[in-house]
Amino acid sequence: MDSSFSSIAPAPEDPILTVYFASRDDPSPVKLNLSGGSYRSEEGKPHVLQVVRRAEQHLANDLSRDKEYLPLDGLSEFNKLSAKLILGDDSRAVEENRVVTIQCLSGTGSLRVGAEFLAKHNHERAIFVSNPTWGNHPNIFSLAGLSVEYFRYYDPRTRGLDFKGMLEDLGAAPSGAIVVLQACAHNPTGVDPTLEQWEQIRQVVRSKSLLPFFDNAYQGFASGNLESDAQAIRMFVADGGECLIAQSFAKNMGLYGERIGALTIVCTSEDVAMKVKSQLLLVVRPMYLSPPIHGASIVTTILKNSDMYNDWTVELKRMANRILSMRKQLYEALQARGTPGDWSHIIRQIGMFSFTGLNEKHVRFIAKDYHIYMNYDGRVSIAGLSSKTVSQLADAIHAAVTRMA
Amino acid sequence: MDSVFSNVDRAPEDPILGVTVAYNNDPSPAKLNLGVGAYRTEEGKPLVLDVVRRAEQQLVNDPSRVKEYIPIAGLADFNKLSAKLILGADSPAIQESRVATIQCLSGTGSLRVGAEFLKKHYHQSVIFIPKPTWGNHPKVFNLAGLSVEYYRYYDPATRGLDFQGLLEDLGAAPSGAIVLLHACAHNPTGVDPTPEEWEQIRQLIRSKSLLPFFDSAYQGFASGSLDTDAHSVRTFVADGGECLIAQSYAKNMGLYGERVGALSIVCKSADVASKVESQVKLVVRPMYSSPPIHGASIVATILKNSDMYNDWTIELKGMADRIISMRQQLFDALKAKGTPGDWSHIIKQIGMFTFTGLNKEQVVFMTKEYHIYMTSDGRISMAGLSTKTVPHLVEAIHAAVTRVD
Repeated sequence: MDSSFSSIAPAPEDPILTVYFASRDDPSPVKLNLSGGSYRSEEGKPHVLQVVRRAEQHLANDLSRDKEYLPLDGLSEFNKLSAKLILGDDSRAVEENRVVTIQCLSGTGSLRVGAEFLAKHNHERAIFVSNPTWGNHPNIFSLAGLSVEYFRYYDPRTRGLDFKGMLEDLGAAPSGAIVVLQACAHNPTGVDPTLEQWEQIRQVVRSKSLLPFFDNAYQGFASGNLESDAQAIRMFVADGGECLIAQSFAKNMGLYGERIGALTIVCTSEDVAMKVKSQLLLVVRPMYLSPPIHGASIVTTILKNSDMYNDWTVELKRMANRILSMRKQLYEALQARGTPGDWSHIIRQIGMFSFTGLNEKHVRFIAKDYHIYMNYDGRVSIAGLSSKTVSQLADAIHAAVTRMA
Repeated sequence: MDSVFSNVDRAPEDPILGVTVAYNNDPSPAKLNLGVGAYRTEEGKPLVLDVVRRAEQQLVNDPSRVKEYIPIAGLADFNKLSAKLILGADSPAIQESRVATIQCLSGTGSLRVGAEFLKKHYHQSVIFIPKPTWGNHPKVFNLAGLSVEYYRYYDPATRGLDFQGLLEDLGAAPSGAIVLLHACAHNPTGVDPTPEEWEQIRQLIRSKSLLPFFDSAYQGFASGSLDTDAHSVRTFVADGGECLIAQSYAKNMGLYGERVGALSIVCKSADVASKVESQVKLVVRPMYSSPPIHGASIVATILKNSDMYNDWTIELKGMADRIISMRQQLFDALKAKGTPGDWSHIIKQIGMFTFTGLNKEQVVFMTKEYHIYMTSDGRISMAGLSTKTVPHLVEAIHAAVTRVD
């Protein structure tokens, strides 16, 4: 009997995972994995927020709680609080009931559900993403039935934003095309537009009737301030226009594995919002019926309790500050070594990652000789660094840059 | 400002959920919700299993536990234990490493991921599903890109299995077509093939090279025995052939809202299983990246601890026995009242649901006059009944059958 699946080819391995496995299998006691996208403490350990543990204990000890199915759109309190978090307590769009928010499986799930909805209901199938962007973006959108295009974003010469290229490419996009905009802490580059640049981007997007789809995975985690990190999105919503927002609590609440996020669609009227919501449910039900209860309950517990909310903002700022401090330390260490080149992008970039500017040859050399693992595109997780390991990385970068082209 | 979504239509409300909405809006103190498929206690309350609370407490109180992303395929020990549960600890397919098991979002998520995998990699894209079947099945498969056909299943004349029709329709299916089989406790009819009938179904399917896709949502919940309820799946796997299995812990562990389940693909060889798993991961990553940690951790905790496992089987039998007892009580009460008709199907059918045989008009009558809520196809959830409420239901059925055609 032959297998029905005998002609299946093994899937190509995910490049990020390849690096992870190499680092996992390296026996060196000084190995350092800077390829992943989760926060590490100063001791290099995964971090569960204290306020999260408290919330979880509180939930587990509440015998009145059950495990019934959530509604298709998730936990209603969670949805309301998530919308307020990203749009602001005083958001007119929320007051006017023009906002539909449904709980989804973290950022990825929010992007996929939003994309499937758009593939079905938006008249334009093209979706523009930045070059480069998160590795999973193109797959999510293609599988949802959209066709992926790129707009210029990263300038390797300045290791900053190719603003002119970005405006040109968005300006040339077909009317009604969807544009994926990372709200802050761009992954993988760490390069964000300034507020002035965001305003110009907004004008181009609105004048060309492009539909913004924000990927909001780092609110509060980039600058340390929840309001600042939401400004780009709020600027767009304030002009009365429509947009989609994929929101994740993976990083800012450290709830990675609980898969908790929300898709928000800001519409021009309450009537449209209700119809949109009913159609979103038709996407969700045949995908996984309804979302998981645990992570949403933790987030809700924290967001609605003012003491817990405050404690959360304090822990969040601490994480963001540690990352900022690591950037500074790495930059100063490279300056101290006189490493050739301009490394100021390390402190100009923001968020969890830095696009170091190292090439694949450098990266492989560093893995082999210094047991430090990063993505082949030179992306380093600053969140994975500590004061103890900064000098190890600085030495490695110095060696790589001075010894090879 | 115009909305880009102004042409979006309002989606029709889900019929099953609509029943609960109507129930909630009914002010009558005598109202009875026999619509949704979630277990209720004798007191009419949702149930969280003791062993689940214990497992959850254990997890939440363990400070060494973190909330990092779990692998794309889910928790490894959860996957192994789930495969063992459905296939049997001594399954040669497991020993020969021929089984790829991937943690998914309950039964629905497992079906969808499996269907998307088949659409991409299997040479046939038609799936035969029983008539009738769970309302969400056709949508899950359509959205995955498969085309849905029906095989005869329920015989309204006998309120049992149309075995002849089933064999004819599967016998006429194109070679290689996918066939959806409810492993036990068929939803919505409660009608299952006997072991002898299963054997004939197996022979037919193998002779036509049809690909079985089992939906196993009630293992242990139907008869009260985990092994008995796995019988149909295991006879197929024992013949050495391939199949897919969507496994849910929603009902048998009461983990409805945690969305825990597993997709198992039993292959001809370890090599094929490994390639299949790698390809299934490519379906998962652009859908939601990786599955949620909490529910799977609860299941793994219970399955791998022999005391907890035993306690679970006892609680599971308790739930199944209560349902079987409700069936007997309802049947006895209808007989005692002399309600016209043959009601033996109530005790012949198995699982959470009974296809009463009541028609739409009778259902509407029962809702209006007796405040009893069920789906319009006459399906009632036995799990929603109690000793106290059986008389009320009997009154209503009697009235409907004697007064309404």
